[in-house]
Amino acid sequence: MAYVPLADQDKEMEMHHPHSWVEKYVFSQDHKVIAIQYGSIAVFTGIVGLALSILFRLQLGFPESVDFIDPNFYYQAVTMHGMIMVVYFLTALFLGGFGNYMIPLMCGARDMVFPFLNMLSVWTFLISIIILMASFFVGGGPTGAGWTLYPPQTAMEGTPGHDMGIILMLISLAVFIVATTMGGLNYAVTVLQYRCRGLTMMRLPLTVWGIFVATILALFAFPALLVAAIMMLFDTLLGTSFFMPAVIEAGTPLDHNGGSPILYQHLFWFFGHPEVYIVALPAFGLVSDVLSTHARKNIFGYRMMVWAIVAIGGLSFIVWAHHMYVSGMHPYFGFFFATTTLIIAVPTAMKVYNWVLTLWEGDIRLNAPMYFAIGFVFTFIHGGLTGLFLGNVVIDLPLSDTYFVIAHFHMVMGVSPILVLFAAIYHWFPLMSGKMYNETLAKWHFWLTFLGAYAIYLPMHYLGFLGVPRRYYVLGETDFIPASAQDLNASITIAAIFVAAAQILFFINIIWTLKNGKKAEKNPWGSASLEWQAPDLPPKHGNWGEDLPTVYRWAYDYSVPGAHQDFIPQNTPESEEPTVDEEHFDPDTDESKADV
Amino acid sequence: MSEAAVADKAAHGMKGMVDDWSADKQAYHVPWGKAMMWLFLVSDTFIFTCFLVGYLNVRMTTTDPWPLQSEIFALSFGGDPIPLILIAIMTFVLITSSGTMAMAVNYGYRKDKNTTFWLICATALFGAMFVGMQVFEWSKLIFDEGVRPWGNPFGAAQFGSIFFMVTGFHGLHVSIGVIYLLWVALRVKRGYYDDKGYEIVEIAGLYWHFVDLVWVFIFAFFYLL
Repeated sequence: MAYVPLADQDKEMEMHHPHSWVEKYVFSQDHKVIAIQYGSIAVFTGIVGLALSILFRLQLGFPESVDFIDPNFYYQAVTMHGMIMVVYFLTALFLGGFGNYMIPLMCGARDMVFPFLNMLSVWTFLISIIILMASFFVGGGPTGAGWTLYPPQTAMEGTPGHDMGIILMLISLAVFIVATTMGGLNYAVTVLQYRCRGLTMMRLPLTVWGIFVATILALFAFPALLVAAIMMLFDTLLGTSFFMPAVIEAGTPLDHNGGSPILYQHLFWFFGHPEVYIVALPAFGLVSDVLSTHARKNIFGYRMMVWAIVAIGGLSFIVWAHHMYVSGMHPYFGFFFATTTLIIAVPTAMKVYNWVLTLWEGDIRLNAPMYFAIGFVFTFIHGGLTGLFLGNVVIDLPLSDTYFVIAHFHMVMGVSPILVLFAAIYHWFPLMSGKMYNETLAKWHFWLTFLGAYAIYLPMHYLGFLGVPRRYYVLGETDFIPASAQDLNASITIAAIFVAAAQILFFINIIWTLKNGKKAEKNPWGSASLEWQAPDLPPKHGNWGEDLPTVYRWAYDYSVPGAHQDFIPQNTPESEEPTVDEEHFDPDTDESKADV
Repeated sequence: MSEAAVADKAAHGMKGMVDDWSADKQAYHVPWGKAMMWLFLVSDTFIFTCFLVGYLNVRMTTTDPWPLQSEIFALSFGGDPIPLILIAIMTFVLITSSGTMAMAVNYGYRKDKNTTFWLICATALFGAMFVGMQVFEWSKLIFDEGVRPWGNPFGAAQFGSIFFMVTGFHGLHVSIGVIYLLWVALRVKRGYYDDKGYEIVEIAGLYWHFVDLVWVFIFAFFYLL
């Protein structure tokens, strides 16, 4: 059969138009509804994770005055907090939420390539959440083995949730991986095969690039976690010894022999490190678009931004053992992983420079999304710099398993992506809901979150240098930790409670404006990218009305000399507005020459 | 531009790949289902690779001696036991099924519905035969030889654990493949793909060949190594 590109075929994709309320809002195959379902479930799970963090912070800050938190519950809380935030909240919200919403709109498609599979993905995700939450209600409670679930500790008598908790956690992870795979296949193939006419890969907004590469990472990294989960399930349920060495517990040898706990660590981190970038790359993409739109300037170095995303994605698969420097690995092995780890700093730094240069001499509009986006640049630089410490073997060894590590990864993959999430939610809220959020409330939300985050995590770096170990229920009396460390811990806890409370502003803002907010005008930010050019606000099922759009330019035509306004939508033909050579775009060539 | 002109202009090799990726519309000149299957198979490759790497790792870490596969997997037809005979037959059956699958793809594109239907059914039958022989192999190991996931009389306990886990996971793939093939065969027979095109037969074939290829590795790693 002769080859006809999808966009040129007579019959476009079959649309499954809903016939009932249930088909429209519950078992919907519309990517926008699925995105909001994914996002809502993830945010709900994230709130549980946040509440858990407040509980264990209370214990750390005021160990004497909170009687209701015993050591078992403390460990269960930190474990569930970690797993929920990394996997069930951030991954699901970025890929399932923003991936679903943005990809078809930004690619000029009517929906994902396989809407039914997409629907299956969100319901499988919900099942995984239900299994996860069920572990709070079974005998022994959820697992308390630490979010990395290292064996042999996970299965040992002394670990809370060593019987049912860990089993439910592993099953939930396996189900989640199935959901992510179904979703991920859709996202990646939609980007590759369903772009509209004129939309080349190198004209895609960076949001799509970030989510696309992150999806590929997810498809290749989650298998390692799935295998680790299956093997550990066999160890707990069938009594095999994949990860269990010969262990003597309270004087009696366990019924295991000859397994390798280190194998688990390799499998876990072969997933775990790409996972960092599964969260970070969509954030990089979203923040690039927010910065560019609100600075009224094209993103600086678009091509390099794309290649940096691809390079980071590739490198992320060969750095995993830097999480295992203290596992007793061969020094040359550590040397290799330290080298690859530090090489990642190159494309990452390139991205940071490009964000800053995008702001340079821009016509910056300080809207709430821009606050969060610029805040992200700060927190990401701070989190990234401490990564250089931990990437080096000799510096990592004394800092390993201290609060320095906690501070590092919370700055770089906790605070930073969450600031981007807020930037993105505020930025695209008018598109998703057709309403405008309250600007003042959003700015208050920013300042409290941003400054509060620093109040939490800056002191933790100091605690880490003192050698305060992570995962300890109480500090107790030691020679090397001064008593003042406890005061610092108390102040961190207070800051954490403030930041958590500040998030109420966000929910009030969203819920109140959904009901009573003023109607948003079409394309309120004057954005050039395709998703804002949809005929309806919010876009209807099928997104584009009668005809699919045709794209004539990249997504960053801001402040083009000679144009009628300071942005040119992607679907404006060359005949109506000037075009620029994307590779050598410089909005004020003449001025800059005059300056020189 | 006519389609023929587009096809003529298409460059080959590295240049062609760059052109494809930087073009608008599709990155590959294939239906999305095929691209999706390829991506899924790469993802699945990571799963099996992790399994096999895990196997090699525990085989090194375990302190007990590894059982002699040539003795455990031997089968006697009245006379002396012949090593690996059952596995040889199983492998032969699965490879043969790949052959019938490839023919089915060919007849599918020729829109010869009847032949395609029977060839896919033959493939599914070979697949079912493979699973049946695997059931026989497992029951022999479990009931006659006393091999269990948590231990066996021959040596390292990990032998049974990893064997049941990986061959079980592969057998699951074959079983799902058989159901998938029968479903495709039924739709071929009913003429469901007459307007949609017969790429789906090829897509199902991709999956089937993949499962077959994985078996070659499992065969080499578990029975020969």
